[in-house]
Amino acid sequence: MAAVAISAEGLVKSFGDVRALDGVDLDVPEGTVLGLLGPNGAGKTTTVRVLTTLLKPDAGRAVVAGVDVLKNPNQVRSLIGLSGQYAAVDEYLTGRENLQMVGELYQMSARDAKARALELLEWFNLSEAANRTAKTYSGGMRRRLDLAAALVVRPPVMFLDEPTTGLDPRNRMALWEVIETLVEQGTTLLLTTQYLEEADRLAHDIAVVDHGRVIARGTADQLKAQIGGERIEVVVQLPTDLEPALAALTPYAKGEPTVEPHTRRITVPISGGARVLADVIRELDGRGIVLHDIGLRRPTLDDVFLSLTGHATLGDDDENADQSADAARAGRKDS
Amino acid sequence: MSATTGAIGSAIPQQRGGVLQTLRDSRVVAKRNLRRMTRIPEIVVFGMLQPVMFVLLFTYVMGGAIAVPGTSNDPNAYKQYLMAGIFAQTVTFATAGASAGIAEDMTKGLVDRFRSLPMARSAVLVGRTMADLVQTALTLVVLALVAFLIGWRVHKGLLDALGGFLLLLLLGYAFSWIGALIGLSVRSPEAATSAGLVWLFPLTFLSNAFVPVSTMPGWLQAIAYWNPFSATVQGVRQLFGNLPPGQHETHWTMEHAVGVSVGWSLLIIVLFSWLSVRKYRSAVG
Repeated sequence: MAAVAISAEGLVKSFGDVRALDGVDLDVPEGTVLGLLGPNGAGKTTTVRVLTTLLKPDAGRAVVAGVDVLKNPNQVRSLIGLSGQYAAVDEYLTGRENLQMVGELYQMSARDAKARALELLEWFNLSEAANRTAKTYSGGMRRRLDLAAALVVRPPVMFLDEPTTGLDPRNRMALWEVIETLVEQGTTLLLTTQYLEEADRLAHDIAVVDHGRVIARGTADQLKAQIGGERIEVVVQLPTDLEPALAALTPYAKGEPTVEPHTRRITVPISGGARVLADVIRELDGRGIVLHDIGLRRPTLDDVFLSLTGHATLGDDDENADQSADAARAGRKDS
Repeated sequence: MSATTGAIGSAIPQQRGGVLQTLRDSRVVAKRNLRRMTRIPEIVVFGMLQPVMFVLLFTYVMGGAIAVPGTSNDPNAYKQYLMAGIFAQTVTFATAGASAGIAEDMTKGLVDRFRSLPMARSAVLVGRTMADLVQTALTLVVLALVAFLIGWRVHKGLLDALGGFLLLLLLGYAFSWIGALIGLSVRSPEAATSAGLVWLFPLTFLSNAFVPVSTMPGWLQAIAYWNPFSATVQGVRQLFGNLPPGQHETHWTMEHAVGVSVGWSLLIIVLFSWLSVRKYRSAVG
């Protein structure tokens, strides 16, 4: 059995009245990727902040790369790379200067730091922008530079806090490829994300977090099995078309269809994806049913949460909880 | 625990630790902040314009109405008297730069980046205050040139004059540590700029900088004499030979102005660097 690269036991952290972490337990075997999945305010970022020595927990224990996070934080810092939610680069420094500075602060010699900076810029396709200030970079370029900064010392353990939030699909894919290369090279990774798709693609294991606790743990397939498969959603133009449409859809259904007369919507569990969708469209069209909308729906994070906790995730309540957690954090005095 | 380092070749350098590492890390951070200044020259330029404006306004608008006791209405006297006050006020404005800069680093996530690195805990703040010191020195040079052009003169030797500037830089460095603590304590760079400046006006005006303390009510005189700012202004006037000839300040802090100024500055540096580094360690960005 592989060694454990990241482990946490019973992490608790409160900000005022808000219990951001309520007993988080984690373990990430060496060379694997754990996806920490959850809505805003669930405790993902707080967990990362504790494991990367930025925040002292009220209770609990954490070991990263064999080093106790609370007892030897500075030793941990030299073994980890962190890339945050917002790109933490100095926008008035050039790409090269940013990476070189980080290298020197990892205690590399100026010459080594410079060589490593150039190497990383090339790998991240930033060579041409190397001598431009980061202010001129696009969002995707900044995110790549931030990730490069986390890789300066080739750390054995990396923490990526929502690495692709706010990126367009092309940049997201490019970043995923980089992350996959890192993992192939043996890096252990803890990744937080709001996107099921991202966790699905990158993580060996997924831990679903809500209200400061890990509420489910498993592979992407295991979690998907819990929350059901794909569905087709059809909205017809005329209320009178609801019944003929349901009749046309029933042969494709892999479960009980649901009909909402109020919104003229029919939802049918299917399997077969886009191919079935095409068949369904032809079938409905052939019967002269006018569609207002039709789409293939895959399980989303909302579905995961709905099925695991019985409450929706990204609604107003959680936004508010997140804000109050932020406010409590901002108002906190010395610990 | 070599197993945990995984398959990739580890390029992790050994940590040095100690004072040497602190100095080296601070230099790296100072270099970064100085580079930023060259990329945003507006900040440096406006930082210089403000005191120049003060000199001109005080000299030409108010100067005529303020009589310096013991100078028998010499029109040139207020200029000589004023400059030490403007110099000292200028160096204390470094506070606002430090507080805004550090607050910005906090909100942009850069402080998180630094705190996740195996660097000296004090280096981000020491590097910031050192870079501010360089900016303060530049501003002083420009300001001294402007003052020279409008007729201000040093009436002592080179060493004394140098001593005067060192006294000013030491005060500026001390105040940038106050700025560092403010920057770590507020929630936005905008708030930091206001918070860094607002208390400087009463502090610099409740002193001997612009008018003689003897013209103030008695209870205010005590405050003005013990104001760290006054000691520096008086010390600088002594070292530049800018004391009004007929004026004799007999308060203990004025008679030992240079020593009192150095003492105050060192006290502020020790106290506020300790508070700031403590705050930085537990900073929540």
